[in-house]
Amino acid sequence: MKTMKLAIAALAGTLLAGSALAQDKPKELVVGIATFLSGPASVFGVPGRNAADLLIAEINAKGGVLGVPLKPVYVDEGAGTNQLLSEYRRVVQEQGAQVMLGAISSGSCNALAPVAEDLKVVNVMWDCGTQTIFEDGKWKYSVRTQAHAGAEMMATLLYLMKVKPDFKSVAVVNQDYAWGRESWALLQAGLKALKPDVKVVAELFPKFGAPDFSTEITRLSALRPDVVISTSWGGDLDTFVQQAAARGLLKQSTFVLPLAESSLERLGNVLPEGVIVGSRGDHYWLHPKYKNTPEMQGFVKAYKDKTGVYPIYPTFHMQQALTGLVKAYEKAGAGGKWPSKEEVIAAFEGLEFKSLTGTITIRQDHQGLEDQLLGTTKRVPDYPFAVYDKMALYPGKLVTTPLGEKSLDWFAKVKPDLVTDKSIETFDYAK
Amino acid sequence: MPPEMLLLAALDGLAYGSLIFLVAVGLSLIFGVLGIVNVAHGSFYAIGAYVAAAGVLAIGTAGLPTWLAFPTLLIAAALVGILVGGLVEVALLRRVYGKEEVLQLIVTFAVFMILEDAQKVVFGVQPYFANAPMNWLGTVEVFGIFYTTYQLVLMPLVALAVLLGLRFFLRRTSFGRAIVAVTQDREAATAMGIDAARVYLITFIIGAFLAALGGALASATTSLTPGIGAGTLVLSFAVAATAGLGRIEGAAVAALLIGLGRSAAVYFAPEFDVLIPYLIMMLVLLVRPQGLFSTVQTRKV
Repeated sequence: MKTMKLAIAALAGTLLAGSALAQDKPKELVVGIATFLSGPASVFGVPGRNAADLLIAEINAKGGVLGVPLKPVYVDEGAGTNQLLSEYRRVVQEQGAQVMLGAISSGSCNALAPVAEDLKVVNVMWDCGTQTIFEDGKWKYSVRTQAHAGAEMMATLLYLMKVKPDFKSVAVVNQDYAWGRESWALLQAGLKALKPDVKVVAELFPKFGAPDFSTEITRLSALRPDVVISTSWGGDLDTFVQQAAARGLLKQSTFVLPLAESSLERLGNVLPEGVIVGSRGDHYWLHPKYKNTPEMQGFVKAYKDKTGVYPIYPTFHMQQALTGLVKAYEKAGAGGKWPSKEEVIAAFEGLEFKSLTGTITIRQDHQGLEDQLLGTTKRVPDYPFAVYDKMALYPGKLVTTPLGEKSLDWFAKVKPDLVTDKSIETFDYAK
Repeated sequence: MPPEMLLLAALDGLAYGSLIFLVAVGLSLIFGVLGIVNVAHGSFYAIGAYVAAAGVLAIGTAGLPTWLAFPTLLIAAALVGILVGGLVEVALLRRVYGKEEVLQLIVTFAVFMILEDAQKVVFGVQPYFANAPMNWLGTVEVFGIFYTTYQLVLMPLVALAVLLGLRFFLRRTSFGRAIVAVTQDREAATAMGIDAARVYLITFIIGAFLAALGGALASATTSLTPGIGAGTLVLSFAVAATAGLGRIEGAAVAALLIGLGRSAAVYFAPEFDVLIPYLIMMLVLLVRPQGLFSTVQTRKV
């Protein structure tokens, strides 16, 4: 009798537990995605959304995450920080989002991290670059699935030192907001350590969205610096390059454009050979190691069919964020149960997953490590725009600020032997 | 700093000021005649730029001669001025003349927001890039520095032609005089047989055309992205306010002043280049609240 009671109790327990689990597993996983849908930054935000639509449809076609389909809800970063914050809360509290992907702007990421803590929602920083987020704060619910500005600028600096070690003067033309100022501060600290004799002849910070760089270009033409650096992006970078090219400046100085991967196709025949370009990571649809993989070719074809253009780095960042999210859910739910938000965020720590262009590792501080690809432009008959040549692939671990250190401090003590580290792979353009 | 650098700075200021003048003078004209601060002016600039760029790109795709881009810029501006400007005046602004200024401001702001979205629906968010006219004209060398002929010669020439053309139109043609009459006293002008509604419509179209012309000219030198209208509107408002709203020659002087000021800042104190236009506006308005060139308004009793 006692055995029978125990068996009934065990059966009831199992049924109840099963029923509870069934209730916990949602019909759909609502994923809020903050991206620029309006304003000048929508030239990056909309490609990010396009990629998300494409990738989520693919994930759902394969059965979703642990059998649960994803449902994206988009929030416009372009509406301003206040509205972004209230929309972010609304999507979590009223629409039941268990995961938020936010955001592009570093300002947005800085603002969203504490809100994510407050709401206890998994917050995947899918594109923002400021290195300070996890260096100045510790956020349990936020994670970044790509590199930060420190890794991007360190790789830029090492590549410049490798291909043009003898430069004596440098000028900078960056957009006048956090990214433009912070990225220059990092580069400047590194330059002081690696080339203390280099002379900074001009530091120009035109307004974000400035339509005319003629005066800056005249100034640079007169100063004749060996190197001109610009971490600008989007329309600002296109305009600056367009105006500088028309006046011959691109041939007078060596230009370093760490975000130019996203402008190559738009700039067409304007960008000459010999310009140093970067990808904010190793994002490049003609990646020397991965351009021929079925995954990359499938993605490029699907994206081009949908939008008419080749994918640019925000689309790769979106792919990494969604892939990382799926992998974290699978890791956390490996026992067959639907994981809690806390289990998902814990699963991100130490997670390794394949992106379209390499392997991403999430560190204990929730910072992603990814490789950095830089190259020098080359004109080839295969495409009506410049491609990467003389490429160098910097391992994420090599160029990312070590755990517990601050990027500015690390840059100030960088050693020249890093320039020729054996882990750096090199490639030339190949059809 | 060598003296040639000052000349280079002045040339940069001239090129920059020319473009702002084109947009600001349209804003100023509309305010002078209709009494409306037209926030939608920024959209006319942006749409003019997009339509012109689309036209120039179509010429390139069709393999037609590049010089055709120049009439295309003009035609694009005229189309936007007549169709978009005309529609906004007839369908909306006509209903708010004589109403409170804040209502007029809200209506033009709403038009701006709607046109911003319409622009994205029609042209998307992918940057447009139509530099063929700029490259076709080549460069000129000044003290060993290369300038584009487009920016250094063509744009100031167009700005000068617009200034002289507007002066001639307003002072020497009967319709221009009718505009001036309506500006000074609408009731008296109407009593004398001037069709004020027609004057308002045509003035608004001319203003919208000038904004669109600024955008069309800028399309050859800049990359067109969502949001270009807002930035230009703010700057052209600074020029118009510095000159004194409604002052055409004043807009030319203020645009040049702001262009030179910004250029000098890039040369001597780059950290102030964004601030300079607004600093000049603020200083002028502190000393002359009505603007540089406005006269004291008489009050009708």
